[in-house]
Amino acid sequence: MDKLKENQIIEDLLPQKFGKLGRIWVASLIAVCALGAFAYGRQLYYGLEVTAMRDYVSWGIYISNFVFFVAISLVGSLITAVLRLTNVKWSTPLTRIAEIIAVSAITFASLIIIVDMGRPERFYNLFLHGRLQSPIIWDVIVITTYFFISLLLLYFPLLPDLKILIAFKERNGKWLQKLYVFLGSYWKDKHAQFKITDKAINILAIAIIPVAFSIHTVTSWLFATTYRPGWDSTNFGAYFISGAFLVGAGGVVVAMYIFRKHYKLEKYITDDHFDRMGKVLVMLALLYLYFNVNEFLVPAFKMKKSEEEHLLGLFTGEFAPIFWFAIFTAMFIPIFILLFKKGRKPLPAFIAGVLVVVGSWFKRFLIVTPTLLHPFLPMHDVPANYHHYIPTWEEWAIAGGSLAGALLVITFFARIFPIIPIHETILETESQENEKHF
Amino acid sequence: MKTNQNSRRDFLATSLIASASLVGCATKNPFTAEELPDVKPSGEMVKLLSVDGEIIEVDKAFLKPVPELPAVMNTEAREGITGKKFVMVIDLSRCKSVKKCQTACNHMHHIHPGQNWIKVYPMQEAEHTAPYWQPTTCMHCDEPPCVKVCPVDATFKRKDGIVLIDSDRCIGCRFCMAACPYSTRVFNWEQPVLEKEIAEKPYSCETSVPQKKGTVGKCDFCPDMVRQGNLPHCVSACPNGVFMFGDLLEDTVTNGAETFRFSDLIKDKAGYRLMEDLGTKPSVYYLPPVNRNFPFEKEKGQ
Repeated sequence: MDKLKENQIIEDLLPQKFGKLGRIWVASLIAVCALGAFAYGRQLYYGLEVTAMRDYVSWGIYISNFVFFVAISLVGSLITAVLRLTNVKWSTPLTRIAEIIAVSAITFASLIIIVDMGRPERFYNLFLHGRLQSPIIWDVIVITTYFFISLLLLYFPLLPDLKILIAFKERNGKWLQKLYVFLGSYWKDKHAQFKITDKAINILAIAIIPVAFSIHTVTSWLFATTYRPGWDSTNFGAYFISGAFLVGAGGVVVAMYIFRKHYKLEKYITDDHFDRMGKVLVMLALLYLYFNVNEFLVPAFKMKKSEEEHLLGLFTGEFAPIFWFAIFTAMFIPIFILLFKKGRKPLPAFIAGVLVVVGSWFKRFLIVTPTLLHPFLPMHDVPANYHHYIPTWEEWAIAGGSLAGALLVITFFARIFPIIPIHETILETESQENEKHF
Repeated sequence: MKTNQNSRRDFLATSLIASASLVGCATKNPFTAEELPDVKPSGEMVKLLSVDGEIIEVDKAFLKPVPELPAVMNTEAREGITGKKFVMVIDLSRCKSVKKCQTACNHMHHIHPGQNWIKVYPMQEAEHTAPYWQPTTCMHCDEPPCVKVCPVDATFKRKDGIVLIDSDRCIGCRFCMAACPYSTRVFNWEQPVLEKEIAEKPYSCETSVPQKKGTVGKCDFCPDMVRQGNLPHCVSACPNGVFMFGDLLEDTVTNGAETFRFSDLIKDKAGYRLMEDLGTKPSVYYLPPVNRNFPFEKEKGQ
């Protein structure tokens, strides 16, 4: 491949400074984060009293947000690992997007779980007095493992790109240059180095699949290991995993569209990518729908007394609007859009992706809260506000702040590092050209 | 009879003075003006049992309130009382929802206003079945789902069957609350309203006092009372003898006024446990609401 073309690729994919829009975006995210931090300060001072959680609804939107974050982080393993191991070539430009979503989401999953704790300052007790029989400890172990594997899967493919970045000393400025040198100055593009990282990435890509399945299965077990109607389900692990892949893939489509539009990456994230991701999304939505049918239709057929109130609350009762909103936005409408070839064009695919992500957030809310409002013994001998759950502004601010924080991490990452792997793109283009020649 | 007693007391007192005057120079008497020069005798005398097992008469002014005996060590509180297996029997035929149990429990454990460890549910299984009152405490399950899920061993099962909470260790994750099918656990969402004196006490797992912000609380079967040979507060507070407490190994339960052989009581009155199908094996047994002492009546606001 000629040098000119290579330079063009590098030029296109180098991280760019924030424009006016970028700065507004960052400023508003920081503002949301700051509000969340303020609300958390209030929570630390006054206790969890500032939330709307009470003895019956003892887990609220913090926990559903946690489940959402864990879910969306699974996409890292899907795109980087599953597609890599099955030799899918087209996903190369999407790997880094998926991986940074995974890393930032799993980081904020850990943070939001600390926010939910009544005594966050006693966090160290988990290590001092941890009991291996508690699913929370399993979650701590697998989430930590997943975080580090994801971080390495983000870092290793970045090494050749860091070498390219270091070459642009003038453009980088002092601080970024220092960072690049710190992270990647030992990388010399040597054959042996490539051999080692390739091997490492392959090992990590295999290792991350069981760990990814574990993080979300264990998260589902936080619910499924209890007796409560709506949680007491053997379907829960698979139900959570399928939903997680769906929301993660939806998140990637949204990110693809925004990065492509904002950084003018039409040559690298092509219509074909949206077409293929659209198909993946349809498949995942159908899969999730299948597990939803299992999750709701089977108990609804029996209508056991303990389940009845819970199920009717979802189908026709108090939670019916959110329930049907989530089912339609996370599954039916995206499937309908993406089944058509025109629907898999960038803009409609983006809209479908947004619907999936939004619907999935509310789906997580429905997994957590309604069950808690239908305990085995009737709700009794408690103040009136214990019978309902409407999150307070502090809860919304903290949950919103965590979402904004995750977006901020992704935004800054794309500012500092090439969001599309430069080195791998050059290699891909080369091999494509070689194929043409023969 | 009365004169007899008086004469006996007089006799004891005189002999005591005699013996005191005999040993007076050998042992220090802490209740004398020499030992406590600042205190002026009030003239009102109180009889006390000395450490030697003798009765002594002391001026009231020399008596000082002794701080309450400290609760047992945390390690001991986690162990439990050897050779005991505590059970409770709740006789539904006697309950009319007076809620003295609840008041006593809330008062003695200094529970945050509005929260209750004991709840008295109006129950009705089905449309055409009879309603009844069902007081619930912690079930102190032998297979406690709450203990299973606690990540830090803050809630634990003792060898005497009691399930307790170490509020100094609890991280406030509330997994135990989600796991408990009996909805027995409450959370201190805010700083519990406590008198300064209570709030400053070191926490004891056996008294569950003081409750702490950001941690879980629940009925503890009052092991501190049991250790002293007393009944849990709910048992002694109930005017209708609904609650019976005892030891499964002794096969005895009592509500203070009446004592029963546990196995006979359960057999004769067809005792049962709540949600047996879940396999939690509660330590609380219920006697069905038959031949009731009171009709089921709801008061306003219940």
